[in-house]
Amino acid sequence: MRSKKENQKVLKRILACIRPYAPLVVLSLALAVLTVALTLYVPILTGNAVDHIVGKGEVDFPALGRIIGIIISSIVITAAAQWLMNHINNMITYRIVQDLRVKAFHHLHCVPVSYVDGHPSGDLISRIITDVEQFSDGLLMGFTQLFTGVLTIFGTIIFMLMIHPLITLVVVVLSPLSFAIAGFISKNTFQMFKKQSEARGDLTSLTDEMLGNLKVVEAFGYQEEAQERFEEINERLAGYSLRATFFSSLTNPATRIMYSIIYAGVTLAGCFTVIGGGLTIGRLTSFLSYTNQYTKPFNEITGVITEFQNSLASAARVFRFLDEMPEAEDLPEAAEFKDVQGKVELDDVSFSYRPDQKFMEHLNLEARPGQRIAIVGPTGCGKTTLINLLMRFYDVTGGNIYVDDHEIRDVARESLRSNFGMVLQETWLKNAAIRENIAYGKPNASEEEIIRAAKEAHAHNFIMRMPQQYDTVLGEDGGSLSQGQKQLLCIARVMLHLPPMLILDEATSSIDTMTEIRIQNAFGKMMEGRTSFIVAHRLSTIREADMILVMKDGKIIERGTHEELLSQNGFYAELYQSQFAPV
Amino acid sequence: MKRLLDYLRKNLKETILAPLFKMLEASFELFVPLVVANMIDIGVAGRDQGYLIRMGCLMVILGIVGFISSATAQYFAAKSAVSAGTAMRNDLFAHMGTFTYQEIDQIGTSTLITRMTSDINQVQNGVNMFLRLFLRSPFVVLGAVVMAFAVDRRTAVVFAVTIPVLFVVVFLILLVSMPLYQRVQKQLDDVLQKTRENLLGIRVIRAFNRQKSEMREFDKSSRRLYRRQIFVGKISALLNPVTYVVVNLGIIGVLWAGGRQVNAGRLTQGEVIALINYMSQILAELIKLANLMILLSRAAASLSRVEQVFQTEGSITDGIGELAGKGAAGVTFDHVSYSYAGAKQPAVQDVTFCAAPGDTIGIIGGTGSGKTTLVNLIPRFYEVQEGEIRFQGQNIKNLKMEHLRENIGFVPQKAALFRGTLRDNMRWGKKDASDEEIYEALKTAQALDFVEQKGEDLDFMIRQNGRNLSGGQKQRLTIARALVRKPSVLILDDSASALDFATDARLRKEIARRTDQMTVFIVSQRVSAVKNADQILVMDNGRVAGKGTHRDLLNSCHIYREICESQMTREEVEADAQ
Repeated sequence: MRSKKENQKVLKRILACIRPYAPLVVLSLALAVLTVALTLYVPILTGNAVDHIVGKGEVDFPALGRIIGIIISSIVITAAAQWLMNHINNMITYRIVQDLRVKAFHHLHCVPVSYVDGHPSGDLISRIITDVEQFSDGLLMGFTQLFTGVLTIFGTIIFMLMIHPLITLVVVVLSPLSFAIAGFISKNTFQMFKKQSEARGDLTSLTDEMLGNLKVVEAFGYQEEAQERFEEINERLAGYSLRATFFSSLTNPATRIMYSIIYAGVTLAGCFTVIGGGLTIGRLTSFLSYTNQYTKPFNEITGVITEFQNSLASAARVFRFLDEMPEAEDLPEAAEFKDVQGKVELDDVSFSYRPDQKFMEHLNLEARPGQRIAIVGPTGCGKTTLINLLMRFYDVTGGNIYVDDHEIRDVARESLRSNFGMVLQETWLKNAAIRENIAYGKPNASEEEIIRAAKEAHAHNFIMRMPQQYDTVLGEDGGSLSQGQKQLLCIARVMLHLPPMLILDEATSSIDTMTEIRIQNAFGKMMEGRTSFIVAHRLSTIREADMILVMKDGKIIERGTHEELLSQNGFYAELYQSQFAPV
Repeated sequence: MKRLLDYLRKNLKETILAPLFKMLEASFELFVPLVVANMIDIGVAGRDQGYLIRMGCLMVILGIVGFISSATAQYFAAKSAVSAGTAMRNDLFAHMGTFTYQEIDQIGTSTLITRMTSDINQVQNGVNMFLRLFLRSPFVVLGAVVMAFAVDRRTAVVFAVTIPVLFVVVFLILLVSMPLYQRVQKQLDDVLQKTRENLLGIRVIRAFNRQKSEMREFDKSSRRLYRRQIFVGKISALLNPVTYVVVNLGIIGVLWAGGRQVNAGRLTQGEVIALINYMSQILAELIKLANLMILLSRAAASLSRVEQVFQTEGSITDGIGELAGKGAAGVTFDHVSYSYAGAKQPAVQDVTFCAAPGDTIGIIGGTGSGKTTLVNLIPRFYEVQEGEIRFQGQNIKNLKMEHLRENIGFVPQKAALFRGTLRDNMRWGKKDASDEEIYEALKTAQALDFVEQKGEDLDFMIRQNGRNLSGGQKQRLTIARALVRKPSVLILDDSASALDFATDARLRKEIARRTDQMTVFIVSQRVSAVKNADQILVMDNGRVAGKGTHRDLLNSCHIYREICESQMTREEVEADAQ
């Protein structure tokens, strides 16, 4: 029962998607009426024509010719209307699908980072691509066949009534059986389609995971296990697919047997009526032809219903994603930063990733404009979390963060983020030209600016060695660049737009020390007058910081300059000693 | 195509029976117009009520038998198609497992995913429909023609003209639309690629406030997809109207020609009706056939895209040599070179060195100097192009890949973990590892502390790509994973970069304690990580610029000395050089 209600909700939303194209839908409907009426009119004409062909020497050729003329004009009009209708239906469907896909993609940029962090990317991809595709197939079938189908049923009933009401009764009485069968089949099919969709999502996730980490899979000879897991999911998918396919394909034979029975009944009744003189043979032909056309849509409609259910399941998955709460909107009175000085203050900040697990508690910190803050500590101590909070990828669960005395939640996100330059350990580059990648933070940058940034990041040399230099298009995930080269490009990207505050998260972890020293100089220049947060493990970087925060388990356990901390002889001193301690 | 046939052959019974049962159903259907004609010509004309009722019952029986054959056919068709699709997915996945990074880079992960899911799906649907209709529809068409000729040869000439015309029309439309469908699918790939990229880069995109431009790009790609869909749609939408016109012209022809025959007394009214019925049956079947063709053309396009992946050979072939047992192994590089496809200069050039069993080899050098490529050659992730690498004295190309890799513990630069429990992840290293073995490895890898802190021990659930762990935690787990298998050769490819120095130092100490049994390769940027190695290779632009111990190199290799001076105090360098 609940799922029925759910379906209705989904249906309502689909209707809402269709609404903008209402004029087109009306046009399509009108064309459908025209097509159906003409298609149904032709059998009458044919029947009339047959009545002019009675027997030897009893054929009325002039009358026959007239009727044939009318038939020709109606089929030409029908064909034209049909083509136009198909075209309009394509337009409606593909537009709706495009809208939905675009909406889903836009939503991707509205949901909190935590949502993306918490969902397998394969699953989200499958929703935006495969499910939307499935939805489109169902919708198209709905438009092309449902309209004409329903109209044909009513049209034929009217025409049959006009020919002979009593025989029509035979047809109408036998019809509900068809409905019952159709209903039964689609109910069973729907569940299977839903499960099929889910299994397919699992399959996509697994493939994504395995391909993305191929090296590890191969190094550990895990292909076999991966294959096993894959085959297990695939097996499950096969089971659902088989049942879904079979159930839905039963529709056709099931309605066909109904058709056979109705057809037999009509022929019999028709023959008796002709014997009784209540009907001409030509009329009987028309009637039989209508019976033929009357039952066919049942077949199609049941097919459409199953297909449509399938697409409902897919649509529901897309909608569920669209329903995901977006990030809290910027406040209407949200401020815009102007001339940021770079004062950053954390006041009693608490944060946890999961409500049942406390992580960061009562964190206090003040960074004056232009200060360099180095953050050190064992892995998992909360360095990355701090960055997440400063950039508002996640919002604090308690306390406040101020930048230039503005609580950052009162500031437009865009304005906040554009004042931070970020280089992360995990490099991400677009499948686009190197030039575009460097200018990512400043799309209108000039050629000289781009090259200067690349030179500062010591990326210029290797870029010039690439086949098309700055115009070389990187492949997916940065293509064949080495990890270090990718990191250099990420640094160049920040060098170009130079915001007043910097976040460097292990920004040089994959770069060799020689290059790093050179970059450090550039970094040094870049950091001058800019408040910087640096997560690092290299001593040289840390030693030059104005303040070192030593973090552990989400808390700041020590803070001060290098010398101060060494003299405290605490955790930092221990860390420092171990770096140069003999192994 | 051949591959698909092989899959279908596996379910030979179903694959053959499905269309046959469909034909059976069709033959029953073909009798119906004849029965109707007889009812009119004999029953009505002779006012024979008993005959009429008998014939009516015959029609119902024909219907029931038709239903049973049809349902059987549908089941067999579904079975055969789903089995083929499933087998194809399994094989494709297995085939992807033979790829090296070279192939994956070349084809692209997103495309591989679409081919695995949406393309194989299309093929599966295509097979299903094909089995149902490919015999049935031509059979009905042919049968209707034969029946028509049996009724009256002269009038049936109309059929002989109409049907070839129909086939030509259907064929032409398909010929034009088929390549267009391929373009649609290709654009869909692009849409998928953008989606994937944005998911992965969500932090960077937001940090640079580029959401809007990313959306615009996606919109553009999506619009292009729409335009391509509409374009091909316009052409395929011709199919139904054109066939409709042709068939109705055929009916007109039957009326006119039939009229003349009836007038001449060579044909009855009932027979004209039968002929018209046959013509309508042909129309119905042809529409089905045309739809089938559209589906098939899409399926064929998808099939060829899947086939492309199958055609892409993994660039490495397996050897046959076996390795006896575990225990430290010697690794020798003999004038080894390798260049990436399309690269201007080799990534590794003429590298020669010898690692004795139990040795620790440090590899240090600048970004892009070939360190990672060098160690990637050992487990044959990339294939040596010149020279050879010997593992326990045997050329690795001659060894069974499985044996070779079983003996290697590899810790990649990018720490990759998989969805599943910690235990599952650790067992990647050794399939039957006991909890004790796992704990031991975790301890060596300095991962025990935080694992215990999580409080769920080995049942701790790791999310996809290890998203619920920090970078350093992931690295330590990947090291533990390699240690679990107690490999003969351990390769650490800059795999401690996210560790703080205290942990890093403890880790190295622990590993050093255990490496008597292992030959260890350490790729690192940190002098401290390699300085105690038995042999250090200094890489520069793909070549070995220096080879020796820490002290040797400090005195003989200026690149190495420079690196050391950048990381250590002058006094320390001087002290070490003595």
